[in-house]
Parts: sequence; C-alpha cells; structure tokens
Amino acid sequence: MKDDITRDERVENLKGMGCSRKRVEDARFTQGKGNYVDDIKLDGMLFGDFVRSPYAHARITNIDAAAALEVPGVIAVLTAADLEPLGLHWMPTLAGDKQMVLADGKVLFQGQEVAFVVAEDRYAAADGIEAVEVEYEELPVVVDPFAALQSDVVLREDLVAEDGSLPDGAHGPRKHHNHIFTWEAGDKEPTEQVIDTAEVVAEETMYYHRTHPCPLETCGSVASMDKVNGKLTLWGTFQAPHAIRTIVSLISGIEEHNIRVISPDIGGGFGNKVGAYPGYVCSVVASIVTGKPVKWIEDRMDNLMTTAFARDYHMTGKISATRDGKITGLHCHVTADHGGFDACADPTKFPAGFMNICTGSYDIPTAYLAVDGVYTNKAPGGVSYRCSFRVTEAVYFIERMIEVLAIKLNMDAAELRRINFIKKEQFPYTAALGWEYDSGDYHTAWDKALDTVDYKGLRAEQAQRVEDFKAGKTRKLMGIGLSFFTEIVGAGPVKNCDILGLGMFDSCEIRIHPTGSAIARLGTISQGQGHATTFAQILASEIGLPADSITIEEGDTDTAPYGLGTYGSRSTPVAGAATAMAGRKIRAKAQMIAAYLLEVHDNDVEFDVDRFVVKGAPERFKTMKEIAFASYNQAIPGVEPGLEAVSYYDPPNMTYPFGAYICVMDIDVDTGVPEIRRFYALDDCGTRINPMIIEGQVHGGLTEALAVALGQEIAYDDMGNCKTGTLMDFFLPTAWEVPNYETDYTVTPSPHHPIGAKGVGESPHVGGVPCFSNAVQDAFRAFGNTHTNMPHDHWRIWKTASDLGLHG
Amino acid sequence: MIPAAFEYYRPKDMAGVLSLLEEHGDDARVMAGGHSLIPMMKLRMADVPHLIDLQDVDGLSGVEIDNEAIRIGAMVTQADIIDHPELAKVAPILREAALQIADPQVRYMGTVGGNVANGDPGNDMPGLMQCLDASFRVIGLDGEREIPARDFYEAAYMTAREDEEVLTAVSIPLPAGGYAYEKQKRKIGDYATAAAAVQIVKDGGTCASASIAMTNLSDTPIYSEAAGAALVGTTVDEAALAAAVAAMLGDIDPTEDNRGPVAFKNHVAGIILRRAIERAWSRA
Repeated sequence: MKDDITRDERVENLKGMGCSRKRVEDARFTQGKGNYVDDIKLDGMLFGDFVRSPYAHARITNIDAAAALEVPGVIAVLTAADLEPLGLHWMPTLAGDKQMVLADGKVLFQGQEVAFVVAEDRYAAADGIEAVEVEYEELPVVVDPFAALQSDVVLREDLVAEDGSLPDGAHGPRKHHNHIFTWEAGDKEPTEQVIDTAEVVAEETMYYHRTHPCPLETCGSVASMDKVNGKLTLWGTFQAPHAIRTIVSLISGIEEHNIRVISPDIGGGFGNKVGAYPGYVCSVVASIVTGKPVKWIEDRMDNLMTTAFARDYHMTGKISATRDGKITGLHCHVTADHGGFDACADPTKFPAGFMNICTGSYDIPTAYLAVDGVYTNKAPGGVSYRCSFRVTEAVYFIERMIEVLAIKLNMDAAELRRINFIKKEQFPYTAALGWEYDSGDYHTAWDKALDTVDYKGLRAEQAQRVEDFKAGKTRKLMGIGLSFFTEIVGAGPVKNCDILGLGMFDSCEIRIHPTGSAIARLGTISQGQGHATTFAQILASEIGLPADSITIEEGDTDTAPYGLGTYGSRSTPVAGAATAMAGRKIRAKAQMIAAYLLEVHDNDVEFDVDRFVVKGAPERFKTMKEIAFASYNQAIPGVEPGLEAVSYYDPPNMTYPFGAYICVMDIDVDTGVPEIRRFYALDDCGTRINPMIIEGQVHGGLTEALAVALGQEIAYDDMGNCKTGTLMDFFLPTAWEVPNYETDYTVTPSPHHPIGAKGVGESPHVGGVPCFSNAVQDAFRAFGNTHTNMPHDHWRIWKTASDLGLHG
Repeated sequence: MIPAAFEYYRPKDMAGVLSLLEEHGDDARVMAGGHSLIPMMKLRMADVPHLIDLQDVDGLSGVEIDNEAIRIGAMVTQADIIDHPELAKVAPILREAALQIADPQVRYMGTVGGNVANGDPGNDMPGLMQCLDASFRVIGLDGEREIPARDFYEAAYMTAREDEEVLTAVSIPLPAGGYAYEKQKRKIGDYATAAAAVQIVKDGGTCASASIAMTNLSDTPIYSEAAGAALVGTTVDEAALAAAVAAMLGDIDPTEDNRGPVAFKNHVAGIILRRAIERAWSRA
C-alpha cells in the first residue's frame, strides 16, 4: 500500500509536539461562550454573600439578623452558631492550621466573614447584608510581624492552652503566642563559620511586599445538595477539584462518592484558587439547609481583601565570597507574615514552600535558611502567585543578594553570576539546601542572552549616561536589570510532596474510540494555560492520532482520574508525564494489534508517526486509525477488546526550568517614572510542546512580574485597613503599561521526564520580578544605591533618587 | 458591589428632569455618563433613591463653535471631543487632555458635563476649564444662569450648582496661543498624581498672558492666578519658570494617598507644571 502524502506531511497532520497549534479553547472564549461558575444557573438557585468585618481585630459581642430576615427575598442568615452543631464553624487549612468559616466570637482581619446571608438573588442578599447588625468590641491591631512577636496581644486564643502554655503547631514548637513555626534547611553552624571567616561578606535586608494574584474571574461556587439521592454537586473556581472533593468529604462527613466537584472554565487562578474558602463551605451548608442550589461569587474587593494573598516575606541575607568573587556561603532568615490564619498552600512538609531553592543557579557550597511564620491582623493566604511554592521569594532573594555582592566586590553582576553558575557537567547537582537539580546549561543561556542584547554596549551607554547626568545634560538614568533564575516545579514526588496527606502525583486516562478519535481526561484543570491544546499535542505524538481528533477533559471529579490539580507549573511535569505514559500503554497494545493484523511477531513492527510498520517493509503497515477500529471489531487471541489506558504518574524528581532575563530601563529621576526600553527573556523549559503557548505564557508571566515589581501591592494602614482593595489602587497592568517583550530559548530536556518537558507558566514571573527590580536598582548603583524595596512605584523610585541627593 | 434599590427615570426633556428634581429633592440625582456615580452607588457610598438618566434629553449633545466661543453640551463624551476635527483645530488642549482621561471604553461613556459637574478633585476637565476660563450653564426651576468655572468648585464634590439645578453646557472663550495638558499617572485609567493645564500667549519674545490650573492637588481644582502672573512679561526663562512653580506650590494643598506623600506630590507638581509651561511656550 502506498501513501498519497509524505512522512513530513503525516507528521504535520498530527499537530503534535513542537508545533504552534492554535488554542482550541479560544473559539469559545473569544465568542463569549465560556462557561464560568457565574454562568451556572440552576432552577430555584439562591445567592449567598457575606457580612464582613470592617475591623482588623475585634470581639463580636452580638449578631442580630432579625432586620435582615425582614428584607424581602432574604431566606436565611447563617452565623458561626448555626455552623457549630455541624462542626463547620472552623475548617482545616492546607497548612495544618484551622480557619474560621464564620467569625467565632472574634475577627482577625478586615473583611473576615462574619455571617452568610442567603437570598433569592444577589440584590436581596446585598440588602440583607446591610441589615445585619453586628456589635464589635475593637481589640488592639497588630499588622507588623516583628511587633507581633513582641506583643502581649494574643491573636489566636484557640492556640494557647488553658495554663497559658503553647502547644506545638503543625510544624513543631512555637516561640510566642503569635508565632506559627520555625522551619530550617541547611547547616547553621558551618554556614555561620564560613561567613564569619570569609574574605568578603555582603548583607542586606529586604521586604518582598504582600501582593495578590488577582485573577480576572474572582472566586465563587455553586452548591447543589440533592436530598433525595444524597448527592452533593459543587461547581467552583478550584485549581484542585479532587483535593476539594476530599476536603469537603472530610469536613462535612458526606461520603466522597456522593460528592461531585466540577471546575468549569476558570478565568485565571495564579494560586488564588488553590485553597478552600469560607464561601465554598457556606454555599454547601446553605444548600443543605435550604434544599436549594446556592451560589456565592466574590466581588473584586472581596477577592483582593480576603482570598489568598501572596508573598509578604521579610528577608535578611548574608552572602560570603572570596575577593575574586567565588561565593562560599549563604545565610537567609525570613520573617513570614501569614495573617490571621495559616492558610498557605504548600506541600505539607514545606511550611515555607520551596524557599530552600534560594541558593538559585549558583554553586554555593554552604547555606542555611530559617523561616519564622507569624500571625498578624491581615487576611490569610500565602499562596504561590504564578510560581512554584515560594520560589519567587527565593529567586528574588538570591538575585538581589548577587547584585548586592557585586556592588561590595565592585564587580560586574553578569560576570559574578557567570563565575558562580553550576556548571553543565555538575548536573545532576545537589544543592546545599538539599534539592537535586535535574539538568541545566546555564553558561550557554547566559552568554546567548548577553550577546543578544549587546551587554557590553549597554554598559558603555549606561556609563556615558551617568556622565551626562552628572554634567546636567539629562535627567534620566539608565538601568540594566539582570536575572538568572532556576525554578523548581512539578510537585512532586510522593515521597516528599503531599497536601493533606494526598500524594502529589497526577493522572491521565485515555479512551480511543472505534473510528480513531479519542478522549483523554486528566487530574489537572486549565485556568487559561491551554491544556486542551497542549495535552492533545503530547498524545498526538505518542499515539499517532491527530491532536484535532483528541478531546481533553478536566475538572469533573465524577469522570476525571484523581489528581492534585494545576498550580506550581505542575501540569506538564506531572500530568503531562502521565499523559505520555498512558499514551505509551495505548501504543504498546496497539503494537500487538498491528502485529496480529499484519501477521507478524510483535517485535517485527515498529511505530512510525501515525502507524505501525513491518520492519524493513514500510509498505506493510496499519495506521493507528485502523488499529483503533480493529480493537473494537477483531477477536484477537490474548488481547482484550477496546483501547484504553490510565496512568498515575509519581515523578521521580522535580523539574528545574531556568532562564536568563535582561531589562533595559530609563528612569525619570524627577518624577520617578520608569520606562522599559527593552525586555529580553530567554527560557529553557526543556522540550517545547507548543512554542506559541510558551510565548503567551512568557508574556503573561512577565506582565504579572512587571506589576509586582513596579506597583502591585496589598497595603494596610496601622489599623489593619486594606488600602488597596480596588483596581484603582491595586495595579493590574494593561497593554498600555506593558513593553514589547523579546522571547528566546535554549532546550535542555529534563532527563527524568518522559518527554523531557519542564513546565514554563511560572518561569517568567519568577525570573521577571527580580529582573525589573534589578533594573530600577541598577540605575542608581552609580550613585551609591545598594537596595530599595519593591514595589518600585513612582513615589518610591522618586524617594530613592531623593535620598541619594539627586534632586539637587 | 450591588447598589441599593433605586427608581430609574429617563425623561425626554429638561422640564421632565426639573420636575423630578423638584419632587424628590436630595433623594434624586441626575446621571450623564454614570462613570462616577454608578461606582459610588455600587459601593453604597452614594444613596440615590431616584436616578434620572439624561441621555434622552434633547439638546445636550452638540458642539457649537463661533468666532468667540465654543459651546459644548453636557452630554458630549470625551470620545466626541477627541474625534471632533474642528474642536481639535480651535482648542487643541481639549483633545490633548481628553486623551489622558481614563481609557477608551470609559471615554465613550464619560461626558464633559458629568466630569465638570461631579466635583471630584481627580477629574481632569475642571482644572482644564478653569485654565480656559470656561463657564458652566446650569438650569433650574428659576431659569438659567452661568457660573464661571473658576468660581464653581467649593470642596470635594461640593460645587456652586444647587441640588435642583442641572448643568447643561460648557462655554469656552476661543483659546489663544500655546497650550499643554501634562499629566502624571500611575497607569492608564488612573487619576492624576499631578496634572497641569497651561495656555500661553506670546507677543514678540515675551509672555503676554498665561493661564495655569492644576488637577488633583487639592480638594478642588486649583486655578493659580499667581503662577500665570509670574510668567507674564518674561521670556519664560529659568527664573520665570521657578517663580511660576513657586507660586503654584503656594496655591495647592495636596494630601497623602496611595500615589505618594505630600513632598512627592509637591515635587511632581512642580516638574509637571514646568514641563507643561515649556511645551505650551514652544507651541505659542
């Protein structure tokens, strides 16, 4: 048999790995046909919303719902007293703490959920909220974590024993009633010794401010309890639907098979939709109480002020080196502000996430990290905003420490990086804080980046600019921001990664239909990443059916195999691997079928793009389409009918994407306005599945990096009032503020991943934040600046200039 | 972000508007583009039991230009200003300023009348209108009157317009000379950190007249007569610029907010004014 088309054309027709296949999701998203939680409308559906605390710390002496219940359309008002008999007035957090679902006698942050008003529609609910009368008795407010550790004010009486002693927390002993945990990595004494005796030591204190992932779609849920058959269906903005099902089962007592959790289309998550929120619980309880479906949808202020924030790390670093710049040791201490409850979303054994990746891309022989978690009167959270767990903090820390050390050594920061990079031949490399980096080629990436932007030329131009500035010829300074990052993603190996005891594997189940199309279901859930596009590409290359003939389905726990969801760039490293492995099971069975049909031994056929061919006789073949049909209509001895496979993939290691970013910025010294002239981003995410989607991910991650570095923050006043609760003050960049990004790549495949892919969604954010920040700081280096804190908004940049005496 | 219940009216003529205002007094508000009022209602910071939408009222959407003045109806949008070629010719500062207000979507809805009448110190048009010595026409049950823009603003959201009056038009004497509207903001859609409207007439090599107003640096727009006076008769040299900035700084009274502390705002106000004057002078 002869083909009418060439082998290259057969490859092209698959739209498999490496091709810039257009996103299949976009047909519905660009036509307003997406199906988000708030699009779900059920017969008789009610709407619930919260009475929220105006105070950051107060006792609640009384809640009077009588007037609210008189408001037309209001059905019920739930308080902690109503939830207590069900044991649902508190709920466990992902970090081993517990959190009030509704205020149980006191509130710990502004905006905390006090009562849940259930009404016929959201208008009546809003009127009902106004009518609930809550009596508060204000308590002293603690917003500074350092003050919290000295304060007599007890934020969490529930965590103090009756005799006044402090029982251990989920992560060991607690030093103070507002202290949550101390977490250490590395070797303390050897590190201190290295630093004490070093030729050169640079020290810096930096604050990585609190910010927020701010997805375009806020959090929400619809709960529908069918009292006849005992089944609960819960739609919601869940980045981990299966984990939510298990949590709901554990806290409600409803058996897991009677709970169906559905994540429909999700409009961005960035970590904000990993945790469990009081709104989810209250919608479930309200549905049980009323017997009707109940919807809860946050507004923008609720989202910014109450559902999970990110960062808020106060970091102190010491880095030691020889006089010629070889780094010898790194010491890092973090005071981590977790707010009123510890609701960080990290693997159980890692209360500070993977902060211990803070030795970065450098061969640092000795290091020590200690993190102290602290309660304050701020909203709970501490999620990984477009990064793996606390990796942005780690990379920002080391990339700032490198710059500070370069200043101390009077050395070029690019060169300092180069002489300390882990060398290609050192991989797999075990870092001082424990992680085993799977692969990397940092020098090649760095040289390519520096050459592309003409780094030497930029430094010469910058030096001239400084001269011109000093001569009064210009009022603009030029900053060159450098960043070289190593991510740690793809959590993770079950041996060290779990959430609430659930191992962080992931899964894929494939069914091939008789006519040669397929459906694959995964334990992950896309929030805009394009899973339906890229996972089909992985499968197309693995099983030889066109990506266009493969449906990818996620998010329905009744149909999808169990998985831990999508965050921390884990979908491609974990579920993508499961997809490839399940595809290989399909292929193995297809090989037997092909051999039977071709009347040869199994080992005499080999896979070729979209078919099995008889070795040495390429004209004898069976296409995967033919094999699919045969699996349904042939009685093959020893082979079950059908063509299906499932794979649960427990990754042997994390993956370690890396990249080299360079930003060129001009800064108006008088107004503090930065102008990004150029941004170059080289990413190495291993094997590239869809270059177009990678580029889109890089643009998005860089834009969120720009936001965080240049103005985005959740700020509080001394009374614990959130000052940035709307998009007027919370900086969400638009196309107007965003520069033209230049993207580039190298490819260093992961040696342990079935297709060599490493994940890319978060790299640009992780690498981008220090790059933008370093550009601002570098502009002022010639005038004596070593470090200023983000966010670098206009007034803070202006203040830097002012403090350096640049305003005359 | 759900407003309290309100009655919605959409009268066809001004008589209908005025009778509703008379009937409901303080409980009624007129709405032009709604981009200030509706967010306030959704936040329940504005309680408006009776909302009167002006969009069906005839005669509020025209732009008329004659030899002496420009008359802009209250319902003319920022987008209309930007897209009006004749207006761009006779008063280019209007277009330059309108392009710096909010974003395109808001500018399709936001009106000149709403922008000047609301009394929000963050709005750009009030300062601009003070610079241009515009006057606002208001109508009430007792008839119409003109209020100079420079006398209109009393405090944040407090103006010389009575509750039962409706602002119907803005009249601007044809501007002369060079112009500039300079604005620093954190991002598109933001109110100004500092903004300056400048109109300068040059005679020979010296400044014959200068008009200067500042935005979002006090609880009202600030027409700084002294700053303009500091330029008149000078060649707008360094000394004159410094004098104008010093005079302006004496007139403004910024407060700290998320944009920054007072010292920063004062500094930026000076820089922005200086740049506005230099650009206006270069165009004069």
